[in-house]
Order: sequence, then structure tokens, then C-alpha cells
Amino acid sequence: MSERFSSVDDVTERLAALGYLASTSVATTVFLADRLDKPLLVEGPAGVGKTELARAVAGATGAGLVRLQCYEGVDEARALYEWNHAKQLLRITAGRGETWDATRDDIFTDEFLLARPLLQAIRSDEPSTLLIDEVDKADLEIEGLLLEVLSDYAITVPELGTLTARHAPFTVLTSNATRELSEALRRRCLFLHIDFPEPELEERIVRTRVPAVDEALAVSLVRVVNALRRIDLRKAPSVSETIDWARTLLALGADSLDEAVVDETLGVLLKHTDDVARARAHLQLDEADGRR
Amino acid sequence: MSVGSGETGSLPGRLVAMVESLRGHGMVVGTSETVDAARVMEVLSLADRALLREGLAAALLRRSGQRRVFDAVFDVYFPVGVGGRESVREETQTRATGAGDDRSSEPPTVAELREDLVDALARGSGGALNEVAAAAVDALGAVQGADGPGMAGSGWSARQTLEQLRPQTAIVRALARRGSTEGFAERLDRDEVRRDVERFRELVQSEASRRTAEVRGRERVARYAVRPDASQVEFLAANRAQVLELRRAVQPLARRLATRLSARRRRRNRGQVDIRRTLRRSMSYGGVPLQPVFEHRRKARPELVLLCDVSGSVAGFAGFTMLLVQALRDQFSKVRVFAFVNHTDEVTELVTSGESDPAALAERISSSANVAPWHPSSDYGRALRSFVSRYGNVVGPRTSVLILGDARTNNLDPDLDALRDVVARARRTFWLNPEHESRWGLGDSVAPAYAQIVDMHECRTVDQLSRLVGRLLPV
Repeated sequence: MSERFSSVDDVTERLAALGYLASTSVATTVFLADRLDKPLLVEGPAGVGKTELARAVAGATGAGLVRLQCYEGVDEARALYEWNHAKQLLRITAGRGETWDATRDDIFTDEFLLARPLLQAIRSDEPSTLLIDEVDKADLEIEGLLLEVLSDYAITVPELGTLTARHAPFTVLTSNATRELSEALRRRCLFLHIDFPEPELEERIVRTRVPAVDEALAVSLVRVVNALRRIDLRKAPSVSETIDWARTLLALGADSLDEAVVDETLGVLLKHTDDVARARAHLQLDEADGRR
Repeated sequence: MSVGSGETGSLPGRLVAMVESLRGHGMVVGTSETVDAARVMEVLSLADRALLREGLAAALLRRSGQRRVFDAVFDVYFPVGVGGRESVREETQTRATGAGDDRSSEPPTVAELREDLVDALARGSGGALNEVAAAAVDALGAVQGADGPGMAGSGWSARQTLEQLRPQTAIVRALARRGSTEGFAERLDRDEVRRDVERFRELVQSEASRRTAEVRGRERVARYAVRPDASQVEFLAANRAQVLELRRAVQPLARRLATRLSARRRRRNRGQVDIRRTLRRSMSYGGVPLQPVFEHRRKARPELVLLCDVSGSVAGFAGFTMLLVQALRDQFSKVRVFAFVNHTDEVTELVTSGESDPAALAERISSSANVAPWHPSSDYGRALRSFVSRYGNVVGPRTSVLILGDARTNNLDPDLDALRDVVARARRTFWLNPEHESRWGLGDSVAPAYAQIVDMHECRTVDQLSRLVGRLLPV
């Protein structure tokens, strides 16, 4: 059992020191993932800080971050390891006159193994944090590969045998739920759904990230963002968009929110034109236009 | 917290009972998850209920939609306390509640509670709302049993509480108390207060089921008082809130189905070996087939025709499926949607343009499409016949037809030949019936007769629908 964190409060404090304000559920789950030595599967809408969480944990525990970015078609050679064929060929040509047995024993050794993220994290001498980003983008076959890594923190290389981790890495998997992950993968992980934060937390996040924003402005802009999230939009504004919006408002020199300001800057929050139209209708910004 | 004391006995026993209840609500929770949950309890101190809730959720949940069900079940098995809450008790004692069992002797309490509610809404504080909810259930929610008021012979009713308190009446006053200036801020306030009232209703609901659980036993309450997950809600029985929830599920579901369909397509395109060309190519290697040649498949996407009964009884189901198919339209070369009650009319345009406002789809169909020219009740025979005669040429050998409806013809002629016509023209025809299979053929349903001609599938919930769409639709 690894003990990177001493308590849930400890998690909250140390993540906060790095500028990541964790909600209770995030802090509790991170603490449990550490104590139970289980990987953490994080789901949630885009832009709520899933990847950021892995970075913050890496920073807080002082363990290097190893990142595997998944995409359609990512394969064993990209995720686990690959034999350095070119180097092996050179070795064979160099060892002319050697017996085949000696050559064979030599070319399948560590020297010729190219470690990809998963193997890197497993073999690292230092404790590490492993981030497997957007697992849902990868093909189903990759999930099979992940199973051994996630449950035993081990990788089997047929020519070398099974390599077991010296330090079980703190593992975070993120998913945007574009595809249903397999039950086997889910079962090996602790599950964390990060949703848009509570208004109080979001206010604090905005004020940490954009210190120049005063409290009143932070409160009112978070209220507007929350009102927007409650209507049916194609893409609800995320935390990062709230922060962008706060920066925009600062740049415009607006110190309070009114219809005109919101109307002008709605494009920062919403990325689809019909979303903008719907938001304007909902907040009745058009009426304001008429009155002016 | 009162874990450990209480009639369910030991802590592991209670955990297992809770897991059982979660399974009863359709969640897959394996033994390993239960063991994890027990380890969570060991690692976390039981002193903090919020932490325990998050910890157990992390160990037991597997996907995002399950959280609401989990929270409700958790509240039943790990309640805040037993009986009325202390803070509430003290307050009610000082208020000297009347002993009458008719409402007329209690108006001060209702008025005071409403005052508290207005106050909590005006401050927008979640904690205060929670306290008011607890006090309200304590004062108003007791279902009168033989033991007299306040003793709750048979349980606690959220509905009774809400009917007396009428929280919606507090909105205007809470807004006035917030004293927001007219215009933008005021509209935001209104929005927030409305949401808080919704939340208050939920709080009352969970408080009432917690109190009832003490009277009637946890298993019973956990089984009946927890609202099912959106994907398990039956289309025909969904209420307004659930319909909204379903509608929100369309986009993510469509995305998942699209991936599933394209995966199926990819797999299918991994064609068979073209023997003739493989042998031909192997000639240059002395007859060793080094490079197999695969058969090419035509990459034609199939066409889909959706034929929906939009009469009152099944409109919710039809509407949901129309939106879903529309969201999936880039998976097909052509999607056309037809609606009928007793006459068939094309509504593809209405569904496409209605994407931005799905709520009004049903009204727009009934107002601008000619689906019921004679009378308002459904007539499958006539509708199918009119489909064949007006749009027969839409269905060709590349078309899959999906018919949605409960096959209740109001004892009119089912016109099986019209359906046979459709089946004969189309590549595949499926019928999705939102009724339970055991009810097919009862009353005026002619489902069994139609089922002889087409593939009929029971499709009562979103779960079933997504499974059917993922499996049946051609790729």
C-alpha cells in the first residue's frame, strides 16, 4: 500500500498549492486511488480539468508524469514497447563470425528495447504518475493491453519475461465517453465523474486563475455561466471557458456584468451559433437591444 | 452517524444490502466492487458521511448516469440519523404543535415553514434549504396512522408535505426579498430561485424516504422510492421530468451508437479473400500466396425510412426515436421520417429543422403535417395503406424500414396486405413496439398479426432501444 497522501484534507491542500482546487469527490477519490492502489478512471464533459488533475497529482507527489495520448489506431508499438529493429540489424552485422545462439541471446535484451509510455512508467526507477488520456478514442484492442498493466502493474515481453513495476505508478485514465468502455476495464478502476463544479468552487477557481477579478464580478459571471448550463445547449460552457471569459472581461475593462457586456462577449463562452442564439433568447438579451 | 446501531445489524451486512438494492435498480455491481467498497470503508473514517458517499460511489459506480440512483439508495442505507433531526426537534418543541389531525389547527406551522423557505431561497443557501426540507417533512409529512399525528403510523409522504407547503408560492416573495434590480440580474435570480425550488422538492423527497425507511424497512423503500435511471424508464410511463432527461440523453447516445455502427461497418468491410485475384497474384511468387487480395465492397451507405405512430399514447417514444435517428443521420445515405395517426405524411423537414427545439416537435407535427385528417385516433391499416400508395416508391431494395408503434388499431381493419407490400419492397423491415411483450394482442392490439409479417421487437426503455438500434440497423 502506497501512501502518497495522509488524508483527504491533505490531498485537497497539496493540490490547491499547485492551483488545482479539488471538490470533495475529487479529493476523496484521489485519496482512495492512492490507498487502494487502483487506477482512477475519470469521466466528464470536456474542459472540467480531467487531464489537469493528473498533472496536479504528479506535481503534488513529485512524481514524473508519463503520458499516453490515445487516438484511433494507437497500437502496441506506440503504447507498450517496440524492438529497435535497425539497431538489432546493426548488431547482427557487427557480430560477424559469432555463433547464432550468442547473437540471438544478445539482440533481445534491454539495450534493444524501446520503451513506450506504459513500459516507461512501469520500469521507472522513480515513482511516476501515468496518464492515459482519452482512452475512449483508442480501439477496443488496446483496452485488452491495458488490463494487465492496470491490474498487476506488469508488462509481459515474450522474449524477456514479465516486467513488474518497482513503484506502482499513480494511474489516471480519462474518457469523454464517446464510446462505451469495456466492463473489464471499468472493473479494474475507481470511477470518478467530474462534473461542472459547484458555484462556490468555480468562483474560487476563477479567482485563483485570474487573480485580478474581484469577488463581485466572479460571483456574477459564475451565475451567468450556471444559468447557461441549465439550458439545452450543444456544448455547455466549461470551466476553462469561464476562465477565458473572465480574462476577456478584464481585458475589456468591464467591472460589472450587464446585458450589453454579456451580449458582446457571449462568443467566448459558446462555440456554436445556434447555442448563442438560444442563450440570447433565454437571457432575453434581445429585449435589451430593443430598449437601447 | 448512526451506522452500526440500527436494525440491519453489522456494517458489512448493511453494505451488502445496499449493493443488493443497487443491483435491483439495474446496476452491475460485482463482488470485487463490493470488496473494494468495504476497503473504502476501512480506509476512510466513518465520521464524515460526505466522504463516505464519495468513496463508495468511486468504488461501486461504473458510469456517469448512475449517480442519482446511487445517491438515493445511499441516503436510505446510510441515513443522516434516526428519527427527526435534533435541530428540527428543538424548534418544533418550542413551537408547541397542536394536536388536531385536521389542517386548520396547523396553519401557523405551514406559514412559518413557508417563511423559512422564502428566507432560504432568498439567501440561496443549500444548507438552509436542507434544514427547511427536514423540518417540513417532520411537521407536515406524517401519514396519519392509528397513533395520531407526528407518530407516522405508516410512513412519511413527500407529496403531502409539498401539497401543503406549496413551495412554488415562495418564489415571488423570495425574489422580492433578494431585492435584485430589474433587468439582467433579476432574470438570473428568477432562474436560480426556480432551480432551488426544484432542489427543495428533491430534498423533501429524500428526507421523506429516509424517514419512511425507518418505519417500513430499508429494502422496501429502496425498491420503490428510488426513481429509476433515465435509461431504464419506460417510454410509455415517463413523466415530464423524465422526458426532459431522455431528450438530453439523445446526443450522447447517438454518438455512442454512431461509433458502434462504424465499428460494425469497419468489421464488415474487412472483406473476404478474392480467391481468383489472390491466385493470380501468387503466380509471380511461384504459386505461394504471399499477398492475399480482398474482395472490395461497395461503400454504399444504406437508406433508412422511419414510420412512426405519433398518436397520443406513444408520441413520447416516437419523438425520442425520431430525434435519435435524426442525430444518427450521417450514418446513412438518406433518412426519411414519416408520421401517422390514421394517415401518413412526411415529416423529415420538421424533424431536421426541429433540432434546435425538440420540445415543440410533437406540436409542430400535429399542426403542420397531415397525420389525422378524419378523426384523432390511430388506424394502422389506413395509415399503412396511405404510406404504400403515396410514398411506395421511397422504399427500395436498399432501404431499411423501421416502424414504431404499439399496433393498437382501435378495432379497425389492420390491413395486413399493406404491411406485406412494405416488407416486400424493403431490404429489411423492423417493428419496434413500446409495450411489454406480454401485452401484445391484449385488447385492441394486433401486434401478433403484424409480428407474423415483420420482425417485431419489444422496445420499452432507452437501454433496449440503443441495443436494438446498435444491432439491427444496417451498416
